[in-house]
Amino acid sequence: MAYPYTPPDYFLLDDLLTDEHKIVRSAIRDWVTRSVIPVIDEAAQKHHFPRHFFKELGDIGAFGPFIPVEYGGAGMDYIAYGVIMTELERGDSGIRSAASVQTSLVMYPIHAFGSEEQRRKYLPKLATGEMIGCFGLTEPNHGSDPGSMETRFKDMGDHYLLNGAKMWITNSTIADIAVVWAKDEQGVVRGLIVEKGMPGFTAPETFNKWSLRASVTGELVFEDVKVPKENLLPNIKGLKGALMCLNSARYGIAWGAIGAAMDCYNTALLYSLERKQFHKPIASFQLQQKKLAEILTDITKAQFLAWRLGVLRNEDRATPQQISMAKRNNVEMALRTARESRQILGAMGITGDFPIMRHMMNLESVITYEGTHDVHLLITGADITGISAFS
Amino acid sequence: MKILICISSVPDTTTKIKPTGDGKAIDLANVQWIINPWDELALTRVLELKEQPNSKIEKITVLTVGGRNAEPTIRKALAIGADDAIRVDTEPGDNYFTAFQIAQALKNYDSDIIICGIESSDYNGSSTGSMIAEMMDLPSVSSVSKLEIESDTVKMNREISGGFEVIEMPTPMVAIVQKGIAIEPRIPSMRGIMMARSKPLQVVESADVKPLTVFCSYTLPSPKAACKMVDAENMEELVNLLHNEAKII
Ligand SMILES: Cc1cc2nc3c(=O)[nH]c(=O)nc-3n(C[C@H](O)[C@H](O)[C@H](O)COP(=O)(O)OP(=O)(O)OC[C@H]3O[C@@H](n4cnc5c(N)ncnc54)[C@H](O)[C@@H]3O)c2cc1C
Repeated sequence: MAYPYTPPDYFLLDDLLTDEHKIVRSAIRDWVTRSVIPVIDEAAQKHHFPRHFFKELGDIGAFGPFIPVEYGGAGMDYIAYGVIMTELERGDSGIRSAASVQTSLVMYPIHAFGSEEQRRKYLPKLATGEMIGCFGLTEPNHGSDPGSMETRFKDMGDHYLLNGAKMWITNSTIADIAVVWAKDEQGVVRGLIVEKGMPGFTAPETFNKWSLRASVTGELVFEDVKVPKENLLPNIKGLKGALMCLNSARYGIAWGAIGAAMDCYNTALLYSLERKQFHKPIASFQLQQKKLAEILTDITKAQFLAWRLGVLRNEDRATPQQISMAKRNNVEMALRTARESRQILGAMGITGDFPIMRHMMNLESVITYEGTHDVHLLITGADITGISAFS
Repeated sequence: MKILICISSVPDTTTKIKPTGDGKAIDLANVQWIINPWDELALTRVLELKEQPNSKIEKITVLTVGGRNAEPTIRKALAIGADDAIRVDTEPGDNYFTAFQIAQALKNYDSDIIICGIESSDYNGSSTGSMIAEMMDLPSVSSVSKLEIESDTVKMNREISGGFEVIEMPTPMVAIVQKGIAIEPRIPSMRGIMMARSKPLQVVESADVKPLTVFCSYTLPSPKAACKMVDAENMEELVNLLHNEAKII
């Protein structure tokens, strides 16, 4: 059973949003309430991503909101993007992941590093959801250290020959195109657009996940794949390109995680007022109040962090290190919130009748992908000391 | 054909309504505002009609009586697909006051069909639509649950006890619509929201008129009494409670 969703705004941060941001929020919230909430538990239980979400997300404009209108985006600011992510993740981190990948890891690099032809060819279809994209960086042997990647391509004169494998790739099996990061013969990381159906390219699915069950994850395998030369992203060289994509996605996750947390908090608060033990609502006991009060404090701090990060990103002043801190803090906050909220529901908390356990399991992926919790801490550590502790 | 839809800005239906301390008003702090559900369905229906092939609808205008804080609601209607908007710059009062403001604003505005929701989900006054028609000297049909446009006439279903009437009426006219007029309200797309930025929103001065009603006080319904459980075997206790406590037998 789902309670009516009334997320907290304890410090009246709504005053800092424009009317337009609020319309964006209500639109995405309505879509989630109408399309996601009624089916998401069953989808997750069955380890199934509802494919029609792609078309609906495209129709509503949840893909590439900050991409200019001429390429099919909405030309919105980064706070609008953040607000969209928060609302989608209230529904499920898997749905938010699909939108994050499409927007930040596929549309963003094609827009930022692609040729004009590439932009015109792919972006409008990615924006409508007619075309699905995925992003291949992680490999079986290289996760936190993507710079050591083994996937390579050779210049064969009239095309490139791509070999290697990527793992843990969101949307892999359903994607029409993959933005793949691979090294050229000089060892320089470049981005290539690999299309479904190119001989030698396969994308097997990864099953048996306990997390992000309503999201597709899989591999990308390249065996002598001939990639046309015009599919190379011309305007970026080095790992920096992939990292810039991750920055955009991590920014969205810093906002998104708050949505999952607010859904848990809303559920726990309403349940605690309804559920009686010892002839009183459990909300009347100090221990439960402590949990709720701390959760609300945590959420409020995360909201401030996300909002300020949004302002900085709009001004093009948000550093990757600030984004790391916000992603790390807000995801951990959401995971803690899910765990505490789950306890407030007692046994009911473990069932699919409430969204908390699903959020909690999803967040275990969110705290690992897009840079692990540890790696983001090291990024802050390196930033404040000037000494990298990675290797 | 030009269609004008009156939309009001109402608290989100999940809002926990509470009166202010003195009970003379409703506490509106932290309220999220939405388009009145019936008005939103009306807009959805008119958009469906406009999108039909050979549609005669040239323009859909939305009108709100409200202060600056009603503008997000208007922008949302524009984002959903209305072409332009009018805001009568005053806080809405009773039905008479609001209807008067609308009739006044529409005096020099030519529209073929004026559509209102059957009521607003906050005060549920249910009379603004008929009052507008009366003040503008236009025919009106209430409880409209289906609306089609056929050349110069409007064909409607009007809900009546146990069934519905099919009514045809020439324009100009006022249609007061209810549930069923459209299935689900439309959700604005992100592009629609951006396009709404450049759609015209005209602010007009309010007319000098006083409400005819005074709101004296607001009270919440008294909380439901706790449910008493009686053992299925214990008929005597049940009868006793029904007789002595509930006093219904
Ligand atoms: C559901 C899901 C979807 C994903 N989607 C995508 C996708 O679409 N595209 C993509 O490219 N990738 C994707 N990933 C991969 C994800 O980005 C990686 O899992 C992540 O970068 C971590 O890599 P790893 O799993 O190999 O862990 P490892 O790098 O092996 O890390 C294991 C542990 O060691 C720690 N560790 C590693 N290095 C250090 C160090 N220097 N100092 C201290 N501790 C360290 C880590 O913090 C972690 O705790 C996805 C992952 C998941 C779970």
